[in-house]
Amino acid sequence: MTDSKYFTTTKKGEIFELKAELNSDKKEKKKEAVKKVIASMTVGKDVSALFPDVVNCMQTDNLELKKLVYLYLMNYAKSQPDMAIMAVNTFVKDCEDANPLIRALAVRTMGCIRVDKITEYLCEPLRKCLKDEDPYVRKTAAVCVAKLHDINAQLVEDQGFLDTLKDLISDSNPMVVANAVAALSEIAESHPNSNLLDLNPQSINKLLTALNECTEWGQIFILDCLANYTPRDDRESQSICERVTPRLSHANSAVVLSAVKVLMKFMEMLPKDLDYYGTLLKKLAPPLVTLLSAEPELQYVALRNINLIVQKRPEILKHEMKVFFVKYNDPIYVKLEKLDIMIRLASQANIAQVLAELKEYATEVDVDFVRKAVRAIGRCAIKVEQSAERCVSTLLDLIQTKVNYVVQEAIVVIKDIFRKYPNKYESVIATLCENLDSLDEPEARAAMIWIVGEYAERIDNADELLESFLEGFHDESTQVQLQLLTAIVKLFLKKPTETQELVQQVLSLATQDSDNPDLRDRGYIYWRLLSTDPVAAKEVVLAEKPLISEETDLIEPTLLEELICHIGTLASVYHKPPSAFVEGSRGVMHKRLPARTGSGESTESPDVGTAAGGSAPEAAPSIIPSQGDLLGDLLNLDMAPPTTSGPPPPTTGMQMGGMDLLGGGLDSLLGGDLGGSPAMGAGFGAAPAVMPASLNAPVGGGLGDLFDLGGGVGMPMGAYIPPKIVWLPAMKAKGLEISGTFARRAGVIQMELILTNKAMSIMTDFAIQFNRNSFGLAPAGPLQVLTPLGPNQTIEVSLPLSTVGPVMKMDPLNNLQVAVKNNIDVFYFSCQYPISMLFVEDGKMERQVFLATWKDIPNDNESQFQIKDCHLNSDAASSKLQGSNIFTIAKRTVEGQDMLYMSIKLSNGIWVLAELRVQAGNPNYTISLKCRAPEVSQCVFQCYEAVLKN
Amino acid sequence: MIHSLFLVNSSGDIFLEKHWKSVVSRSVCDYFFEAQERASEPENVPPVIPTPHHYLISVLRHRIYFVAVIQSEVPPLFVIEFLHRVVDTFQDYFGVCTEAAIKDNVVVVYELLEEMLDNGFPLATESNILKELIKPPTILRTVVNTITGSTNVGEQLPTGQLSVVPWRRTGVKYTNNEAYFDVVEEIDAIIDKSGSTITAEIQGVIDACVKLTGMPDLTLSFMNPRLLDDVSFHPCVRFKRWEAERILSFIPPDGNFRLLSYHVSCQNLVAIPVYVKHNITFREGSSQGRFELTLGPKQTMGKGLEAVIISSQLPRGVLNTNLNPSQGTYNFDPVTKLLSWDVGKINPQKLPSLKGSMSLQAGASKPDENPTINIQFKIQQSALSGLKVNRLDMYGEKYKPFKGIKYMTKAGKFQVRT
Repeated sequence: MTDSKYFTTTKKGEIFELKAELNSDKKEKKKEAVKKVIASMTVGKDVSALFPDVVNCMQTDNLELKKLVYLYLMNYAKSQPDMAIMAVNTFVKDCEDANPLIRALAVRTMGCIRVDKITEYLCEPLRKCLKDEDPYVRKTAAVCVAKLHDINAQLVEDQGFLDTLKDLISDSNPMVVANAVAALSEIAESHPNSNLLDLNPQSINKLLTALNECTEWGQIFILDCLANYTPRDDRESQSICERVTPRLSHANSAVVLSAVKVLMKFMEMLPKDLDYYGTLLKKLAPPLVTLLSAEPELQYVALRNINLIVQKRPEILKHEMKVFFVKYNDPIYVKLEKLDIMIRLASQANIAQVLAELKEYATEVDVDFVRKAVRAIGRCAIKVEQSAERCVSTLLDLIQTKVNYVVQEAIVVIKDIFRKYPNKYESVIATLCENLDSLDEPEARAAMIWIVGEYAERIDNADELLESFLEGFHDESTQVQLQLLTAIVKLFLKKPTETQELVQQVLSLATQDSDNPDLRDRGYIYWRLLSTDPVAAKEVVLAEKPLISEETDLIEPTLLEELICHIGTLASVYHKPPSAFVEGSRGVMHKRLPARTGSGESTESPDVGTAAGGSAPEAAPSIIPSQGDLLGDLLNLDMAPPTTSGPPPPTTGMQMGGMDLLGGGLDSLLGGDLGGSPAMGAGFGAAPAVMPASLNAPVGGGLGDLFDLGGGVGMPMGAYIPPKIVWLPAMKAKGLEISGTFARRAGVIQMELILTNKAMSIMTDFAIQFNRNSFGLAPAGPLQVLTPLGPNQTIEVSLPLSTVGPVMKMDPLNNLQVAVKNNIDVFYFSCQYPISMLFVEDGKMERQVFLATWKDIPNDNESQFQIKDCHLNSDAASSKLQGSNIFTIAKRTVEGQDMLYMSIKLSNGIWVLAELRVQAGNPNYTISLKCRAPEVSQCVFQCYEAVLKN
Repeated sequence: MIHSLFLVNSSGDIFLEKHWKSVVSRSVCDYFFEAQERASEPENVPPVIPTPHHYLISVLRHRIYFVAVIQSEVPPLFVIEFLHRVVDTFQDYFGVCTEAAIKDNVVVVYELLEEMLDNGFPLATESNILKELIKPPTILRTVVNTITGSTNVGEQLPTGQLSVVPWRRTGVKYTNNEAYFDVVEEIDAIIDKSGSTITAEIQGVIDACVKLTGMPDLTLSFMNPRLLDDVSFHPCVRFKRWEAERILSFIPPDGNFRLLSYHVSCQNLVAIPVYVKHNITFREGSSQGRFELTLGPKQTMGKGLEAVIISSQLPRGVLNTNLNPSQGTYNFDPVTKLLSWDVGKINPQKLPSLKGSMSLQAGASKPDENPTINIQFKIQQSALSGLKVNRLDMYGEKYKPFKGIKYMTKAGKFQVRT
């Protein structure tokens, strides 16, 4: 007899049958029926219709039946709030039961019923349970406070539960302490500035005592809480460390890692010459190594954290290289992490071993892993100077294997090695050239072209080689095209006599036949440089390039410090600060490592110096400027430096900047200012003036293009339309990039999208759908993409929207979750629309009505905002706002201050009243918003700001 | 904390869901399925997957994915450790952790999950506490319950829940008092082509089965405790005593538990018990390859190697093999290209070998990769590191327990590159 029988009754009248059984007189039958109901629930069937019948079974002295009913209640109370009230009495009664198990169960279950109406009834029983004589009940009640806070934070504060919870930190029972800490930590997460867990030496002492006696999970909560404390001096810090160290031998890896976090943080404060400091360093290594013998999932998290620890304190694991050697049946995610750490630990002492391993990996089956291994060899060469020669010869060995992807990867890394050690290993160029024909990946082709261009003077047939690439110029990817252009210009500057024809050919290909703006721009710049001042051209193009260094793949020191404070958390797995991804974190506090106190500071090595300072990263003159730098781009450093592993970065500043340029910045570009880059700016500023004289026809044509484009993007008068931004980056959506904006045109809301296919295959069958949202936005028609979207093709679509879709409140209010489907997959993204597109045209209120409404709305609903740096006078502002359906009803001037009264009507009928105060000469406006639904005020204010500043 | 749990079987169906806070729609698992599709092998699914509003942390055990959904910043190791605990508990309760077993016991599973977490906070994860709260299903109990109408759910507050020794319940009684300890060592090693050791380490555990009446206080001492410099203990072990005297002193949990695990990585302490002579060659332009393998014992401290199994993933280009084992049976799967050879015992007088030829795809170039050989073996009555228990004493109770210690060595990830 097994429970699977509960799944078998899938006949038609199932619910009906269950109902009858639930109301049966026989206890046993009742229990069986409830079990059936629970079984249906677990597999996702909707059995909410049975609510009253199940609740009727609640009054029972059978504990199992009671528990089962409670289980059911927790799941469905939300959907049947009125019925749930029926259960309240039983709960209150159970909270007074003689059996602590039942008291605890009742308070626990009540907290899980997420219905507002029930919470008020919960307060009294909860208060009693928090002071219960039985610690089991107290510890359960502590967690219940956190649950209640999640449902109704205000209530918890008003009832003083937070203070009771703080008192529980001093409870005599360690489990109660641990749960109180856990509950407070969770509450504190949504209240970053509240001083909920104000830790002082006394409370720390209590926590440390409880630490020894509570369960493993409690230890994790307490350790995580300890990590937020900043000791007063090094002595306190040492004593905490001493009491935390035994946790390193715990069998639970989460306890170990939390202990490592506390130690890594408090170690900062210990003077380096202290004996204890050395002891502690030695104690940290074994537990970290042990984590690597656990299950692969644990290993992965451990490795991501070890990656941080190794960057912060390489000395801890410097002798443990071998534990990071890859086993062939490790999961791929473990392999890649191990590889990364191997490179970080590589030093002169162990490089021979590391290289032998890496070479071994290069013959494995998994292509991704092999590529990473080859790249790792290059990174070793850059990191450990003494080993560069060995690395190069290892790479040459690998090239001899003729395995296609190995060869290509090797060439890419050899290019990096050339950039680190120029003029040292050119002897290998001949070998590289032999493999020219087998290169089919853009990155490898670009690398090879770069090498040929850079060493053109030493390669006899450089012109022939480059010419052979030029034949298929149009079929190459942009990266290769740009590289080819630069390489040929370099060649020309080095050997001007024989290559004039070639350079002309490439310049005309780049400027006339290409529709890629980057390529055209670069073409024009080289063309102009060459035609005006070849000497200057030589200085610019053949300038000495900054060397690359291994630091390019290190985590920036301030970020690293913050991440060290977050060891063991998601932040440490993603190597991003929590503020970058934790949802709903309102202003997460940035954690800092404590500064070292005491003596010995001056004798510290520089890395500790920066750590102690907490800021001011070391000046690293040899590091390449960030990737997006236009000057670096000109000097053709645009090939990505070896990147660190890990999840892909979010949309970079570079991409955003690019979109901004297209979205209306083009006219400013023609004015001579290009994103603040002096070199480019100057080049363009001069262009229009000398153009007729020195540039020939095609160039003029090209510029004409630019002007055309500028005209096309010109803003229509009227409503404010935010610039298009990338909503869905291509790497998240298998090559489909979506950028877009929202607009209101002639009373119709439109979603304007640009779909770009960055993948290799054709995309068809586009469709779009919205999640339920605050204002019921929904597509009014299908997505009109009729023709298939070929690779590298872009299409602009505008999608009319209606506001009659299903409504669900979102956070933030103007959040819209969108699903886009094509023949490849379904992709999800979310974007925020300016609420101004919901402002309807008939939003002008009668004066009298306005006055009455203003008075009628309670003052609690008024919110005030400041708009800074706005230089419009009140009339201009008024007319600008009118374009976005924000109507000025009246204007009053009091003591040189203009008061504008305005009204807005949203598509769902909500009125927003506004008072805008503008003082002549003062660029800061004050705006007061009144609305019956005060949630929208923040969004409306954002609109004001956007409209007035654009 | 932990929001929800979904159990997904190998064909990608969600067969159980449990929510500790508000209900999270099961569509959140679509992100998991996407990652699952991308992964070449089931075990390559990344353990942490971000989605727009949640994080999915998963473990794969017994071909079931346990997918936890979290919403705020929660230590991932905490979640993973908890999931492992869930798996262990299921296994403990039902004997096996399979989809069928979970479905058969769905109500107990639900009761257990509810008892293990409250609002995402772990509540009771110790198996003996859980067993007091919810009795494991047995055929006898099911019959008794149906007749008497009693339940699986304990009516009393578990005694261990709040005591200083939460891992042990009071009032334990046995007629035969016995305590068994198994010292089990697994050796992980990578051996290179020429037979020299690249890395070798030992993961050791001492698993105990203690069935003693009352509240016994045990001490366990070793002949050579200096071997143990990297250890993780069960919470019952008194750490201070270990630090000071290198003696394990503890009040044991009732039943089976892992007393400690340790790690020996110092190269010279790790003896390699087996060697492999291999010659696997492919010639360019020929559709044949040679395969020769001979095994022999190395440093086994006089004990025999048993249950030896060789497995190797041959290159994709290999179509079939024609091999001749001197003992045991071998098998080659032409689809997965997995070669496995069940050798059995190694007789030092007559070394086992496997020789023959491989046929390759005609016309294809010779394979780029070299196969790695995986070895499994067991050595009874010996711990490879040389760890030896000196004595076991019991205090606090009057009776004389029966004591037993067993040693065993196994291969963990023991790999030979060719």
